[in-house]
Amino acid sequence: MVNGNPIIEGLVEAIELIVTLNPQVVEITIRSLYISLTATFFASLIALPLGALIYFYEFRGKRAVVSTLQTLYALPTVIVGLLVFLFLSNIGPFGFLRLLYTPGGMIVAQTILIIPLLMGLTVAALSGIDRDKRYTITALGASRLQTVMTIIAEARFAVMAGVLLGFGRAIAEVGTVMIVGGNIRGATRVLTTAIALNTSMANYSLSIALGIILLGVALGVNIALSLVQRR
Amino acid sequence: MAIIEAHQIRKSYGNLEVLHDVDLSVREGEILGLIGPSGSGKSTLLRILDLIEPPNSGKLSIFGIDTVKDHGRWLDLRRRMGMLFQRPIVFNASVYDNVAMGLRYRGTSRDDIDRKVKEALEAVGLSRYVKSRATDLSGGEQQRVALSRVLVTDPEILFLDEPTANLDPTSTATIEAIVTRLNREANMTVVISTHDLAQGQRLAHRVGVMIEGMIAQTGASREIFHEPKDRRIARFVGVQNIIPGRVVSRSDGLAVVEARGKQILSATPTPGEEVDMVIRGEDISLHRREPGFEEAENLFPATVTTIEPTAPFVNVTVHCGCDLAALVTARRAETLGLHDGMQVWVSIQAKAVHLIPRVQSG
Repeated sequence: MVNGNPIIEGLVEAIELIVTLNPQVVEITIRSLYISLTATFFASLIALPLGALIYFYEFRGKRAVVSTLQTLYALPTVIVGLLVFLFLSNIGPFGFLRLLYTPGGMIVAQTILIIPLLMGLTVAALSGIDRDKRYTITALGASRLQTVMTIIAEARFAVMAGVLLGFGRAIAEVGTVMIVGGNIRGATRVLTTAIALNTSMANYSLSIALGIILLGVALGVNIALSLVQRR
Repeated sequence: MAIIEAHQIRKSYGNLEVLHDVDLSVREGEILGLIGPSGSGKSTLLRILDLIEPPNSGKLSIFGIDTVKDHGRWLDLRRRMGMLFQRPIVFNASVYDNVAMGLRYRGTSRDDIDRKVKEALEAVGLSRYVKSRATDLSGGEQQRVALSRVLVTDPEILFLDEPTANLDPTSTATIEAIVTRLNREANMTVVISTHDLAQGQRLAHRVGVMIEGMIAQTGASREIFHEPKDRRIARFVGVQNIIPGRVVSRSDGLAVVEARGKQILSATPTPGEEVDMVIRGEDISLHRREPGFEEAENLFPATVTTIEPTAPFVNVTVHCGCDLAALVTARRAETLGLHDGMQVWVSIQAKAVHLIPRVQSG
């Protein structure tokens, strides 16, 4: 052990941690999944109808809205973190909710972070339904509502792909959860913040273990994505 | 009775005016063919007639109902019609669900949907694919799915927008047979656009030629082919010879037209002094020796200048003051022993020389 390479040692220990279902690793993983899945759920609840609304209604400045959304895909996570922090802190308007440094606050932050992405991708998914398909729907005698429902149903896989991408962005980001969650052990520590902290503390084995899990999640998202896109 | 009556329909997209002043009336129970080059506005006109999009101006009545005044009834009217598009359109669902779409929109009961869908798929020979994903089928099969999807709704008017362009011969034949049968048996009114002249001739009772956003001529297909009203129509229906000339005399229903010093007899009414003679290549006969003279016939010697095989015919250009393109069967060309520079006799019946007014700069 004394002369071993710390990286290889860390890797061996990491696998041990995962295989033995180390309580700390399990707890952090479950929290991470819980926060990001919940955020993706709420973001979908808000972004999918809004995206559909943007697609189906003609209004002035529609193009500007869509390109703004596309710009916000790359919204820096620390900026979202900072803004949410300010809003949720004691000096901010929502301080009374006491969400700062709680998983609830982190959910809010991640939700805000991925809403533009989900909205933009929903608009893109619906725009992917070509003109002839819309003509066909109309020609078959669909009412306005039936038309909307058919187009949404037809775009379902593309919309799902957008939701998966949103989840991937949420679970992989570190900026907002660090600022808003505070990386408190046993309360707000998630995969990404735990990796950052443990690496700086030279606690490589735990970092590597959590890294493998995070990669696994990303891989899972990717597999799901390719399955969906093949439809 | 006219089931569709369109007057002065105009449609633009941005600055591009696609339809200018289209007048068209479709009789109940007829098959009307709309022929015309790509980009002439056929698809746009069909979409307007099917009430998929509104015209910018003009009058349109369908089933005797004024659609301009009665916007609220568009959905009802649309549900009495159906349209099949050029590109096979299927939705990402099973073949069954695809065919059921229109019926579901109409709130048809489950049992009726089940029965009709299965019947329709039987009719187009796709029963074995009921549960398959429609997007997995071939183009021809997808188009047959799309046709059944339209037909299960029992449309009174069926619009077909180049329905068999790029389809295999079997699918084309199936679709044509079904359309003809429905027209005959169910008295379904059909408007079919095509750039395939032969298909227009095969299916349609009456043909409308669309050129540059207007209906340039309507009539029986024979009429369109042999008596096109102007140069553009003549070109589109494949007339090889359009020769400018001047009417010099008329008598006994025969006009003498002078072109490049040659006098040619025509049996069509003269539309004016300055004319274009329209002569189809297949109406020009070539002979090795001077044949016996028939009445009301043009007969003169000429020299073969080019011979171009376009199986099963041969395009022969002869010179006799002006150039004439004759369409001869390959066998006949062999019998005649045609070769460049050969002297031949040309005969054209006066009836085959169709006169149209000459448009300056045209």
